Amino acid sequence: MNRRLIRRAVSGLMVGLMVVAVVVAVLPLALILLHLVVKGVGSLSWDFFTRTPAPAGESGGGVAHAIVGTVLIVGAASLIGVPVGVGAGIYCAEYPGSRLTWLTRFVADVLNGTPSIVVGVFAWTWIVARQHHFSGLAGSVALAVLMIPMVMRTTEEMIKLVPNSLREAALALGYPRWRTSLAIVVRTTLPGITTGTLLAVARIAGETAPLLFTALGSQYLSFDLDQPMAALPLTVFTYATGPYEEWHRFAWAAALVLILVVFLLGVGARLAIRRHHLAHG
Amino acid sequence: MTTATPAARIGVPRARLPLSLTGAAYGDRIFRLLLTLAALLIPALLALLVYELWTGSRLAMARFGLGFIGSSAWDPVAGRFGALPLIFGTLVSSLIALLIAVPLSLGVAIYLTEFAPRAVRQPVAFVIGLLAAIPSVVYGLWGIFVMIPALRSGVFPFLRRALGFLPLFQGPIYGPSMLAAGIILAIMIMPYIMSVAREVLLAVPNSQREAALALGATRWEAVVTAVLPYARSGIVGAVILGLGRALGETMAVTMVIGNRHEIAASLFAPGYTMAAVIANEFSEAVTDLHFSALTYVAFTLFVVTVLVNAGARLLIWRVARGSGVGSRAL
Repeated sequence: MNRRLIRRAVSGLMVGLMVVAVVVAVLPLALILLHLVVKGVGSLSWDFFTRTPAPAGESGGGVAHAIVGTVLIVGAASLIGVPVGVGAGIYCAEYPGSRLTWLTRFVADVLNGTPSIVVGVFAWTWIVARQHHFSGLAGSVALAVLMIPMVMRTTEEMIKLVPNSLREAALALGYPRWRTSLAIVVRTTLPGITTGTLLAVARIAGETAPLLFTALGSQYLSFDLDQPMAALPLTVFTYATGPYEEWHRFAWAAALVLILVVFLLGVGARLAIRRHHLAHG
Repeated sequence: MTTATPAARIGVPRARLPLSLTGAAYGDRIFRLLLTLAALLIPALLALLVYELWTGSRLAMARFGLGFIGSSAWDPVAGRFGALPLIFGTLVSSLIALLIAVPLSLGVAIYLTEFAPRAVRQPVAFVIGLLAAIPSVVYGLWGIFVMIPALRSGVFPFLRRALGFLPLFQGPIYGPSMLAAGIILAIMIMPYIMSVAREVLLAVPNSQREAALALGATRWEAVVTAVLPYARSGIVGAVILGLGRALGETMAVTMVIGNRHEIAASLFAPGYTMAAVIANEFSEAVTDLHFSALTYVAFTLFVVTVLVNAGARLLIWRVARGSGVGSRAL
């Protein structure tokens, strides 16, 4: 009788500890979001979104150059990364027996675990060192390398969920294989692929390390991907580690904008998949 | 796959195929060619990455050889480089992160799969998943301006008073330190370990639990005796996966570790990691040897993370062979 009580007490105690663990785990998120809003929201203004930085030490200005830079760099990265990732994902799902499928899947896993800073070094030696100048495009290539395996794996997982009967029905009706793949299989999984792509975009939009010595950063508004270019994460880094009070306030505000962008992309991704689930009952 | 069209597959002679179907065969070939190109590009990319890192670090490899890993010198002006303090810093900060993050994330994962009311499972997992979405640089920003001041004024002095007899907790308190880096890393890798561990635990068949409960175990005893042993290698895999993340994490660590090429016994002292030194020095390097040494560091980091991740994946596959567990979180 007594032993049973002790065993029950131990069980209860462990559950209690686990609840504590949940609280401790959620706490940092709450604190980070709280501080971002408290310290960042005061610096948000019309100027912040529409102007470029004031000279160092002076007040005023904004981060329009970094917002434009992030949109261009991430946009170019997606243009490179999404077709390759989706194409490779379709290949791996549609030709599961081939040796290339096995190799591609394995390599994608390796690339997925590669630190982003290493990919930055790769983009530097491959592009920047050869061209002898930093460029936004080199940053895009680095981000695309990070993006491709993510998009590929989600595309593959999504397509694998399509029941074979759907394929067989299309083939039986005389559809060629490529139209079956595109019009039936990919079409059915489009929401899932969209979700995966948006999540990948959200991931790379926040990446700083691969841009440090590829896009480099800049103080000026630029639309030329062949030149050094600013990006929001780079701006946060430069301003946070800089010496001026004003810069620190800007770093918080830029971080707040960055996180809003990342979360909005995440919400978009969730909405896409939710529609998918609804459509499939 | 030349027999890809259904008509060809059931043996209709090719000459009698309607024109649209012979056209389809070409379409199939082109389609497959395009997809093959995309799929080929990924291994090609990895080969290129390894080649570029290899050629980039050749100069430093020739000069220092494997002794690079055992040397503590770091003098860009004199051209002497050694990665020992960097490797030390990378390992120690990751180890601290694991010590903090593993019990927490396993606690959360077990709670969410075994004990939590059904209604809170999904929301809590979602909220913790949000932590994984926060960019590294934002963690660094928060680390510099919120976490470090709090550690410097509260936690560190307390640790020194309570555990000061250990060399780990002695010496002056600066703020930016190995311990600060470990703590921020712990917050960052926790969601990864948690989500993979959770998927592994969900893959444990219910009969395991039912059998233990039927024998009179309490719910906690069922977890310890029946669920955890079944999931053990998958959980180890999840932990190693977290380690892989911690080893390569760059921005947040760079911003809070203090960036000093030293091996110190005290966790309050500043340190350096492999990823952080690349982030800090690469754009300021002048000599070819300096670039090459930094690329050598990147190459070493790449090899280490590949090995760690491969080990993790192997362990996870052993538990969840075929069920696709962990695939989304990986």
